Amino acid sequence: MLLFVIFGSFWLEIVLKIGVLRRIKRTVLSILPISTMFLIWDAYAIRQGHWFFDREKILGIYGPFDIPLEEFLFFIIVPLAAIMTIEAVTTVNKHWKQRYDV
Amino acid sequence: MTYSQIAIAAAIIAIIIDLTVSSQPLLKRRAFWASYAIILPFQLLTNWWLTSRNIVMYSPDAIFGLRIASAPAEDLLFGFALILGVMGIWEYLGRRGISRE
Repeated sequence: MLLFVIFGSFWLEIVLKIGVLRRIKRTVLSILPISTMFLIWDAYAIRQGHWFFDREKILGIYGPFDIPLEEFLFFIIVPLAAIMTIEAVTTVNKHWKQRYDV
Repeated sequence: MTYSQIAIAAAIIAIIIDLTVSSQPLLKRRAFWASYAIILPFQLLTNWWLTSRNIVMYSPDAIFGLRIASAPAEDLLFGFALILGVMGIWEYLGRRGISRE
């Protein structure tokens, strides 16, 4: 599923030259705070049993708070795909870019 | 708190921050809604994959029970809050001139 998201979005980086990965500082600063909050939520939800994973269908590698590796990757790859999407949209339609002079 | 309650809270917080803190709220821009229109079908597809194969399962006590494409409806609120938050900071940093180009 994560590979699907990578293939589904990362081609925009090459074909449309959106240059998200090149702007790594802005990318990390955008993803890190939000993903941290969502991973805290994830840890809480796993602990409370709100959601759980089939141990046969995941890699079986766990990070802090019993969060599967896939969850950490999810909260990097999905936000990255979202940034690539809005950058692609504003590259194709430049009228939809935000104004920087305000 | 249940998944339902946290998901609603996350979406509301993301919406309030976007509308009050941002000088150019994403919720008022076509670029955001066009992006969301692209992302949503992919979210439904990946949600369906992860839930219909029982890779991820949910406690019936933590969710409303309404399912969209096999996944709890709460997932849409969760996804909305996630991308609105990340895109919001991305655009904010761009306005501040941090690796704008």
